[in-house]
Amino acid sequence: MAQQIQTLKQMFQRYRRPGNFFFASFFLFVSLALCTQLGSQAKWLDGTKWSSQPALWPNIAIIGMTIFAGLNWISAFVSEKIDGRWAEISIWLRSFEFVLWFMGYVVLVPKLGYLPSTIIFGLALSVRMGYRSRKMLAVSVLTSSAIVVTFKSFLQVRVPGGAAYEFLPDAMRSFMLTYL
Amino acid sequence: MQDLVSAFGLLARIDVLIALFIGSIGGVIIGAIPGVGAAVAIAILLPATFSLEPLVGLTMLLGIYGSSMYGGSIPAILINTPGTAVNALTTYDGYPMTKVGEARRAISLAYSASFFGGVFGILCLILLSPVLAWIAPQFGSREIFLASLLGIILVVLAHRGQIFAAGMLAFFGVLINTVGLEPIKYTQRFTFGQAWLASGFDLIVVVLGLFALSQAFLLLTEKDNSPKAQPLTGSLFSGMKELLRHKRVASAASGFGVIMGMIPGVGEFTAQFMSYTYAQKTSKKPELFGKGSPEGLIASEAANNAVPSAAMIPLLALGIPGEALTAMMLSVFYVHNVIPGPQLFQNNIEFVYALYLAMLILNVIVLVFLLSSTNLLTRIIQIPTRFLGIVILILGFVGVYSLRNSTVDCAIAAGFGVFGLILKRQNLPIVPIVLGMVLGGIMETKLRSAMARVKTPLDFIDRPIAAILFGLILLVVALHVRTLIMEHKKRRHEPDHEMHDGQQR
Repeated sequence: MAQQIQTLKQMFQRYRRPGNFFFASFFLFVSLALCTQLGSQAKWLDGTKWSSQPALWPNIAIIGMTIFAGLNWISAFVSEKIDGRWAEISIWLRSFEFVLWFMGYVVLVPKLGYLPSTIIFGLALSVRMGYRSRKMLAVSVLTSSAIVVTFKSFLQVRVPGGAAYEFLPDAMRSFMLTYL
Repeated sequence: MQDLVSAFGLLARIDVLIALFIGSIGGVIIGAIPGVGAAVAIAILLPATFSLEPLVGLTMLLGIYGSSMYGGSIPAILINTPGTAVNALTTYDGYPMTKVGEARRAISLAYSASFFGGVFGILCLILLSPVLAWIAPQFGSREIFLASLLGIILVVLAHRGQIFAAGMLAFFGVLINTVGLEPIKYTQRFTFGQAWLASGFDLIVVVLGLFALSQAFLLLTEKDNSPKAQPLTGSLFSGMKELLRHKRVASAASGFGVIMGMIPGVGEFTAQFMSYTYAQKTSKKPELFGKGSPEGLIASEAANNAVPSAAMIPLLALGIPGEALTAMMLSVFYVHNVIPGPQLFQNNIEFVYALYLAMLILNVIVLVFLLSSTNLLTRIIQIPTRFLGIVILILGFVGVYSLRNSTVDCAIAAGFGVFGLILKRQNLPIVPIVLGMVLGGIMETKLRSAMARVKTPLDFIDRPIAAILFGLILLVVALHVRTLIMEHKKRRHEPDHEMHDGQQR
């Protein structure tokens, strides 16, 4: 093991992964696409010093990004191909399922309220991920409730009450709106 | 002395102490769970701390920052899985010790070395503070611009073997900071006529996406895993005695931690590399390194724990964060309109001392907690990883949504979450994006104000500190080119696609 870190370079070894060429190509494509927008999306104004120009930093950023993305692409292009590119990309795409779950939760909170939405979200995603035992479902409900109580009741973070709380009796509604 | 007493006064409040306690214990637990690092926890807690006073919020975040590496050593030693990325080197000597039945000795040594490193770092900085208070006011706009530029260059160059990727990601960070309505001429930059882009990308939304949501997505898309660690038996107090036999290594490692921690963009990895190399080269038993050397373990743990306090130096004295965690903490200052920088160090030194004392106390809290609760933590490690993913997603929501109750923010964070997942799967670093965003913003502002007094390019470096910083930039680049040439001459064949997950925590 000790031989593995004889130089600083080895400590930060590159260790390419499958999908590396695809990612490098995608990033270079985005950088080049942004380059074409430099003239229209960031303005050079007359009578303004160069250091105060609104377009200065977007130009520095995009040109720098494109140069490095180009070098990164060349480095990926000349490197040995690693098998499993499409399997890797399918994992990236699979993450979009959880983006949908997350956005569903975001939409649900203002409607049902923070506590009910969090419990439902936690339970549903637990079932989806294969935690179907009573113990795990109970742990899920307890964890969701603990998070809501910690953040909303104790730390008083700004999460609005749900529209569904309007249907609760007066005393309970005000409690739910304030604490849960 | 007067300032130290005032600092004690600031800390002697129940809310500050509770925050410190929660931060310290929470940090250890978070650090001990592989898959949740201090960055994830700080990103999630950041918006919640905005409603707290600056000292209360910062002590909580500092508690997490300073204690997570203690917890991270537990799985590193017991199951060969570092709890946080910076505990990776601990596995080299810690796990072999576990394999030969010396787990208790390794854990005890790791705690002692961490404590030594942590306390050493803070004491150095308390002693250094008057000097910093004297130097900090000499930093004007051009010096801060050059120091930020040096920070960006260093963070890119520190990612050896990934420099092209780190460079493009740092520039990407600079770019996303420029998006939206710019505040001087009120023109739109890269908004493509979209109203939701006019206010730009909020640092916290980006950070939550890149660190927290990406980690949740990563855990949810990977196979479920529930690491098992054997409980420890026997006392954990013996490590301090053994550490004293290796005080030279511990002191040198902590020294490297302090120096590297102070330099923006460098941080724990370089400190560990230097201290480990030093320990190996000066050891009477260098052949034991990587096979269960106590000195190797001490070098790794003392160095990484000395870094957090040192990393607060550029943040507090100059307002320049050196890595992702201090970049996040910078936003706590901004929210409360407390601007870190020369003014803070000069006029409010007791606030700075209070933060250092808080770090000192947290090291004691953490050590006491760990000596009595390590077995409890070995059970916490066993949380199934996908369930952890669900919990991070729920916590990530409250982090983003509580900022301004915006669905758009949540969508942006989710987008950065997917991007972060890809970077982590590709084993590419996230830190250059965050530093690019923060330092890019600082450079833009400081360049604008610095150029008001600059007539010729040479005027920019006509002050001593500016000249030194400029010299350092040239030196760093020259040294890098020299190292590249030397490594190229060696032409050692190095495999570059082994499975490696250094960027996934």
